[in-house]
Amino acid sequence: MSAEILTETARHLYLVAVSIGVATGAGVPLGVWLTRRPGAARVVLGVANVVQTIPSLALFGFLIPVPWIGGIGARTALVALTLYALLPVLRNTVTGLAGVDPTLREAGRGMGMTDRQLLLRVELPLAASVILAGIRVATVIGIGVATIAAAIGAGGLGVFIFRGVAMVDNATILEGALPAAALAIGADVALGALERRLRPPR
Amino acid sequence: MAGFVEFAAAGYRLPDGRALLAELSLAVPEGETLALLGRSGSGKTSALKLVNALLVPSEGAVRVDGRDTRAWDPIRLRRRTGWVIQEIALFPHLTVARNVALVPELEGWPAARIAARVEELLALVGLPAREFGGRRPHELSGGQRQRIGVARALAADPPLLLLDEPFGALDPVTRNELQAEFRGLQHRLGKTAIFVTHDLREAARVADRVALLAGGRLVAVGTPEELDASANAEVRAFLAAGAR
Repeated sequence: MSAEILTETARHLYLVAVSIGVATGAGVPLGVWLTRRPGAARVVLGVANVVQTIPSLALFGFLIPVPWIGGIGARTALVALTLYALLPVLRNTVTGLAGVDPTLREAGRGMGMTDRQLLLRVELPLAASVILAGIRVATVIGIGVATIAAAIGAGGLGVFIFRGVAMVDNATILEGALPAAALAIGADVALGALERRLRPPR
Repeated sequence: MAGFVEFAAAGYRLPDGRALLAELSLAVPEGETLALLGRSGSGKTSALKLVNALLVPSEGAVRVDGRDTRAWDPIRLRRRTGWVIQEIALFPHLTVARNVALVPELEGWPAARIAARVEELLALVGLPAREFGGRRPHELSGGQRQRIGVARALAADPPLLLLDEPFGALDPVTRNELQAEFRGLQHRLGKTAIFVTHDLREAARVADRVALLAGGRLVAVGTPEELDASANAEVRAFLAAGAR
């Protein structure tokens, strides 16, 4: 039994790690691009907002019949989890960059930085803690939502929860719920500590 | 008189058409420190930003080292121009040493040369690298931060310095000290410098000549002594404000 918990915990972590990784890899550059195009920012953030409001079980269900990305299994779950993670990452990237003191931006430009140097040396480092806060929120949400992935055959700690619900057995539910809660708390604490380290001193 | 920096009937308008600066003609010869004096909104900061191409003149032209700022690659122009501003514009995520090293780093100097230069500059502004190099800007006092700001502007040894009310946020005592230090530094370095201020006494203390702007126009220019003798109403207003 405990071996099964370890296996499903590992699958759970895999689902979250990959979806957060993809959402960060896509969301941060997209967020940077959006700060240069305020019109597009409204549209993209609006769409991401709408995706966020789709109930998670429904989103998993909607994706199953979609060709290429759909079907039963981990791939569909990864797509859904990535979509969920995208909004916090995007929004915090846009907010973080917008919050960079314009004086510092102008100081950088006045010193002869190119746009790229300004982004990499000033804007992103100063926005890093806010961006990481978005990744932290996305991770905590993702760990919770990933329990639903079991409903479409993607495995993870949700396996125990669905099984426990079917058997009306609280002990089995807790075999999934407790590790999931521990993962969420652990990720929150660890990423929160990193976030504080990245926060620029005033 | 050919200046290192020349304003030739330069004007700057906002996109809505409002003129912040009009018909400014002024030459700053090599090695001179010129104070641009004026009230808030007189156009002095706009004039300064025209020099390093943060703004582009709407009328006329500004030339640096004989070349129109529009003909310069703005990145090259700015790296050859030291820029010091009033707001604490040191980068808070970088140490003092990394702040000072920024332009040499952008210019791709070898690490050993950058380290030597940082040490030299921090010694020059009286904040030895051994003690201060590893600190962050928020661990310094306002006066120390502005000294680092000056050191950063001097890092790549630019021939031209632009200073926008660099000491405006400091207490009067520290301010006096930094004015004297700046003067001493200029005696040794002999950079061409434009120093924006709203304080006539500061202008007289740091500059060889003072140019007074009012409402976006140049109303008087001369040595501090010449301004003392001027009958211009705005000059008299500044003299009266300074006497109090």
